[in-house]
Amino acid sequence: MASDSQIEINENSYKIPDFTRNSSSQRSISSIQSIQSKTSVREVGFSSELGSKPIKYGSRGADSRGLSTSYKEINDEDARLVYVNDPVRTNDKFELAGNSIRTAKYSILTFLPRNLFEQFHRVAYIYFLVIAILNQLPQLAVFGREASILPLAFVLFVTAVKDAYEDYRRHRSDKIENNRLAWVLSNEKFEQKKWKNICVGEIIKVSGNETLPCDMVLLSTSDATGVAYVQTTNLDGESNLKTRYAKQETQMRNPQEEKISGLIKCEKPNRNIYGFQANMDIDGKRISLGPSNIILRGCELKNTDWAIGVAVYAGKETKAMLNNSGAPSKRSRLESRMNREIIYLSIFLVTLCTIVCICHGVWLRRHNDELDLMQFYRKKDYSEPEVENYEYYGWGMEIFFVFLMALNINEDLGQIKYVFSDKTGTLTENKMEFQCASIGGVDYDNGKASTEDDRIGHSIQADGMVLKPKMTVKLDSELLNLSKRKHTDDGRHVRDFFMALAACNTIVPLTVETSDPAVKLIEYQGESPDEQALVYAAATYGFMLIERTSGHIVIDIQGERQRFNVLGLHEFDSERKRMSVILGCPDNTVKLFVKGADTSMFSVIDKSSNSNMVKATEAHLNSYSSKGLRTLVIGMRELSASEFEQWQSSYESASTAVMGRAGLLRKVANNIENHLNSLGASGIEDKLQQGVPEAIESLRMAGIKVWVLTGDKQETAISIGYSSKLLTSKMTQIVINNNSKDSCKKSLEDALLLCKKLTTVSDATRGGPGAGIGQLALIIDGTSLVYILDTELEEQLFELASRCTVVLCCRVAPLQKAGIVALIKHRTDDMTLAIGDGANDVSMIQKADVGIGISGQEGRQAVMASDFAMGQFRFLVPLLLVHGHWNYQRMSYMILYNFYRNAVFVLVLFWYVLFTSFTLTTAITDWSSVLYSVIYTSLPTIVVGVLDKDLSRATLLKYPQLYGAGQRSESYNGKLFWVMILDTLWQSVVAFFVPFLAYWESDVDGSSLGDLWTIAVVVMVNIHLAMDVIRWYWITHAAIWGSIIATFICVMIIDAVPILPGYWAFFHIADTKLFWVCLLGITVGALVPHFAVKFVQYYRPNNIQIAREAEKFGNSRESPDAQIEMNPIFDPPHRSGG
Amino acid sequence: MNSNTPSSSAGGPGSADLATPRRNSKRPKYSRFTQQELPACKPILTPKWVISTFLLVSVVFIPIGVVSLLASRDVVEIVNQYETECIPEESRNDKVGFIQSSQDKNCSRTLRVPKDMKQPIYVYYQLDNFYQNHRRYVKSRSDQQLRNPGSEHSTDACEPEEKTNSGIIVPCGLIAWSLFNDTYAFSRNNQQLAINKRGISWKSDRDHKFGKRVYPKNFQNGTLIGGGRLNTSKPLSEQEDLIVWMRTAALPTFRKLYGKIEMDLQTGDVIDVSLQNNYNTYSFNGKKKLVLSTTSWLGGKNDFIGIAYLTVGGLCFFLAVVFTLIYLIMPRQLGDPSYLSWNRNPGGHLAS
Repeated sequence: MASDSQIEINENSYKIPDFTRNSSSQRSISSIQSIQSKTSVREVGFSSELGSKPIKYGSRGADSRGLSTSYKEINDEDARLVYVNDPVRTNDKFELAGNSIRTAKYSILTFLPRNLFEQFHRVAYIYFLVIAILNQLPQLAVFGREASILPLAFVLFVTAVKDAYEDYRRHRSDKIENNRLAWVLSNEKFEQKKWKNICVGEIIKVSGNETLPCDMVLLSTSDATGVAYVQTTNLDGESNLKTRYAKQETQMRNPQEEKISGLIKCEKPNRNIYGFQANMDIDGKRISLGPSNIILRGCELKNTDWAIGVAVYAGKETKAMLNNSGAPSKRSRLESRMNREIIYLSIFLVTLCTIVCICHGVWLRRHNDELDLMQFYRKKDYSEPEVENYEYYGWGMEIFFVFLMALNINEDLGQIKYVFSDKTGTLTENKMEFQCASIGGVDYDNGKASTEDDRIGHSIQADGMVLKPKMTVKLDSELLNLSKRKHTDDGRHVRDFFMALAACNTIVPLTVETSDPAVKLIEYQGESPDEQALVYAAATYGFMLIERTSGHIVIDIQGERQRFNVLGLHEFDSERKRMSVILGCPDNTVKLFVKGADTSMFSVIDKSSNSNMVKATEAHLNSYSSKGLRTLVIGMRELSASEFEQWQSSYESASTAVMGRAGLLRKVANNIENHLNSLGASGIEDKLQQGVPEAIESLRMAGIKVWVLTGDKQETAISIGYSSKLLTSKMTQIVINNNSKDSCKKSLEDALLLCKKLTTVSDATRGGPGAGIGQLALIIDGTSLVYILDTELEEQLFELASRCTVVLCCRVAPLQKAGIVALIKHRTDDMTLAIGDGANDVSMIQKADVGIGISGQEGRQAVMASDFAMGQFRFLVPLLLVHGHWNYQRMSYMILYNFYRNAVFVLVLFWYVLFTSFTLTTAITDWSSVLYSVIYTSLPTIVVGVLDKDLSRATLLKYPQLYGAGQRSESYNGKLFWVMILDTLWQSVVAFFVPFLAYWESDVDGSSLGDLWTIAVVVMVNIHLAMDVIRWYWITHAAIWGSIIATFICVMIIDAVPILPGYWAFFHIADTKLFWVCLLGITVGALVPHFAVKFVQYYRPNNIQIAREAEKFGNSRESPDAQIEMNPIFDPPHRSGG
Repeated sequence: MNSNTPSSSAGGPGSADLATPRRNSKRPKYSRFTQQELPACKPILTPKWVISTFLLVSVVFIPIGVVSLLASRDVVEIVNQYETECIPEESRNDKVGFIQSSQDKNCSRTLRVPKDMKQPIYVYYQLDNFYQNHRRYVKSRSDQQLRNPGSEHSTDACEPEEKTNSGIIVPCGLIAWSLFNDTYAFSRNNQQLAINKRGISWKSDRDHKFGKRVYPKNFQNGTLIGGGRLNTSKPLSEQEDLIVWMRTAALPTFRKLYGKIEMDLQTGDVIDVSLQNNYNTYSFNGKKKLVLSTTSWLGGKNDFIGIAYLTVGGLCFFLAVVFTLIYLIMPRQLGDPSYLSWNRNPGGHLAS
């Protein structure tokens, strides 16, 4: 599969672009294609699944057929024909997109309908709209027409304004983007043209450091061999340079002087950034084009003076734009649950109304013949629509939604069960650092000797310029001294070692200006960060790679510039696990340098000559890898002339072979890579970010499963797993690493069996010292995932994965990352979180319930796609454990409370209706009904919802297990909901029937009793809240007690309006003692059950409650807990949550 | 040679970049409010608190309950239901016909005073099953018209009693139209007992709600007579029966003040009531009762509040006792980390 294989190339540490000889562009392409053909078996598997099941992972369901068509012959109907340098003809037949882009969602015309449409996805809005519309009908108008529509209109308006502003900004950035200038060939010379006017088929010239305006096929570059370097940070997040090639056939031609015309037949636009397939007919020849011949919009041209290409995809059809689907809006779990409950509540209300309606109908029927005379009815013009009953109940809940709607998925942070993490840049800093070396059997751990002075490192003077490597490593002075002794044995050994480091790679050196004009920095760019680290290390010790062209390299060896011819290069492949380079040295010797993984290297190293040294090296390697370092073994051999010639001829023939070129090349490499002298080994640290092991430990204790999805090799992933404490030596590792579906199936079954066995064992020994042994770690690679995802094996994988504490997925493609997230998301209700920093994590971030972007080195893509952005992985801990917990607790309580608060009020109205011959009279004035949600009870809700904290930050970080409350939905679940409903019923009954019975057969009037009900409900509801508040701030006091006082004042004001029927009623009733007695009775009577439950809770405490008590009553009884000690809590980064 | 400086803790070249502080530009301005670090008090409802609260409630509620009950028992109340008895035997088959006819509606009732009644004794009429809170009914009034002689025409809400053939009705609406019009006269030992009908309505209503210059017009002129008539020469602010009637009752069984007897009545007194049974409650089987009642500090005779307070107080006391017992028998140490679920069940959280 295209992306799959390409990933391999990109993340592969040792892949060497093959440009040893000028005529090699053809060859390099084919070598890439040979890799592809090797992997094409996989491609079939994956693509057929995609075809049968169009699953959209994050992106707009762009043409995923593209993935599968990459290596087939392009059918004419699937192809796009591009006439080179003939945009008119190109665009004539096909409807090709222009190059203007549009990321804005709305235009002026579509804004209103589209925005409203999106907003009305919330059930509550529809509900209120219905209520508001009903209210507009005169017969049904319950209270002011405006009053019913205003709150909804306000919310809609504010949201619309916010959306409009965001879209305006998008429009502006689109405009800037569209109006950028590019050099386009027209009439035999390059003229500036705005980006938006570029058409497919035009020839475009791009200078160094410029951004590419569209996807184009390279025709020629400033480099004689047709190489161009591009940086794809904007596209896939990788900051290293990638090499692209112009075809030899076009490279030589200058379009300004000589008209180029040709036909490119390429696949339809698709979003696979690692795949491209096309043919070019030029000068009667047919050349095939691959992914290495295309440069994509959004990339930057680097290290190349200019490049000329022909536009093949423009505007919204570019791969960058196709990948840039807008983030799908995420709905928080609680919100969707709330939507459900709004529907329940509507049903409940409609039921109430129907009951009332039927009762009223029965009443009317029974009294039908009396209606004429009945003083309080007078049938005369009887036309009362019974529907009126329907709409009374809703509006009580109106305003609180206004408040709730503004909150989004924050509360989901409290319920995360799975964390999917990227590795590079997320767990690690994406900075490799040369740590130590074992040279000739001696361990130079340069950690032990380093001062600030030493760290200045090596620099060279040339042409009055000072050249310095951009980064230095710690110097081991002993090693440095050794490296300067040219003539001792040891010295030679060391020098060869560093030569190998400097030469055996694909790094491109770049010089960078600094503020000091006399000083220039050398920056090493390459696809493998490991190689970068090694080259920097060599440079620090004085072996500075200065220049690399296709035929030679220049190395400054401690002040002395030497030029080496690169005679041959065997790139890295996953079978050999090593790479080699053959150098022609200035002294006319030919040397072979090899570096590779220890397993593969020791088999080709000549152990007989120096077995002690090899043994020592092996021992050092073991100690390095146990420290979590990435190790490489380096060897070399001098080639005799005959050997070299033999090699050259076989290499020549292998690289021109038509069939099985990759195999032949491998064979050639294997033949030459033997009997090596071991030079030593290097240890590179992939530095973990600060606090990552602690963070992972905390997350694990919080019951969150951490899955690491990485494009790295399996060995690297495992070593990072160890160093980040994700894996421990106690765990049983299950490795799934297969190349076919059947073997995948088998290993999954085996693993499941093993897993079951282990769980039963650990069940038996639970509580004993061996409890931890049952923990499983699953390590699975991308190849196996290809066979598993989207097939019936998914189920087994899920079962297996859910039994494992840790899952490591290595060598996964971006789409697979999303696929893995989807695997969990579709099968469980558990909340998922994805965290990553690169563009390759975007799909996963968008797929997960909560996506977190790390604003790291790999551009902003991930951050843009994410719901939350943060600086480092470790901030995830406070974000989830503290803020997530708080938000979850607050939101769940608030949802329960808001339902309660409104339901009580509605129920009180309902009970009254039962005593008004089922007509919808309210004793409570219309004004109070409206103000109930606005003034009487809203403020405390907001204040408590924002400020209340059940536990302090310190406690939450200390006991990560407390996070489990959210995972188990302890604060909001069906049981609590129904308990709350019961409590609500009880309270409404008390609030209604106490005055009802106390004033039965009295001369009380409706308005007075209504005032009593209003105040009773408000006081009751507010005190209910007060009983549940955990932290009392002065604001909380002000809000709760202030609301009660405000209610009294409002009721007084309403009752001071003479034209309202209830004029002065409050003052009359408040003058009686019965009023106050009732009020006290209602409040206490209604809240007794709620209060008694508090005592029951005391005897059935949950963790949160105990922790609260511990917080309050001191920690004197604290027993030192092994688990807690294991988890040193770093000083909580103050105010760093997001 | 290699031993010069062991101070390698700097952490390597990469860490120089690392250690550079995070970009601080976006850090919000610190305030205790936004960072939620306001000083706070965190009360915890410990069992002691719960128990004492329940005790306190019972200590407060039981006395109030007792006092309320006593007050309610002190109230003397005479209730006389008359809607059937005041129809002559021969007309009882067609009560509605009788009440709509122009026959003599006089009726006399005898009340016996069970206990000494201190003045003022309130005279109420009580209607049962009369939905003065019916939606159609409560809306059928015009507060502007009642108040302001200039707003005579604002009768939008008064359907179906807004105007007659001869013009706008003042006061309009069903409520006014259905004015209660039974009358009572009391005598004790053939001696007239004066009924004070002044001041039975709210002063606020007389002063601000019912206009001093608004006079009844076209009232009860329609074909269907709903109830009492009004004296067209008196302004609405002095029509206290109407004012009382228009304070619509909250519940379908209600009393309205008819007048006050400002004289003490002794136990055993026999009071003769001469009443005019004019009001039609027969069309909906409504009951009519005449009520004489004294008041207490808590209002009329109603045991409910007393019983409710005693119940709640008793319940709270009971709960307090039960909780105390539980607390004494099996106390739980507050904030003991060993109660935390993962400490009770080692490794449990891993398995979950």
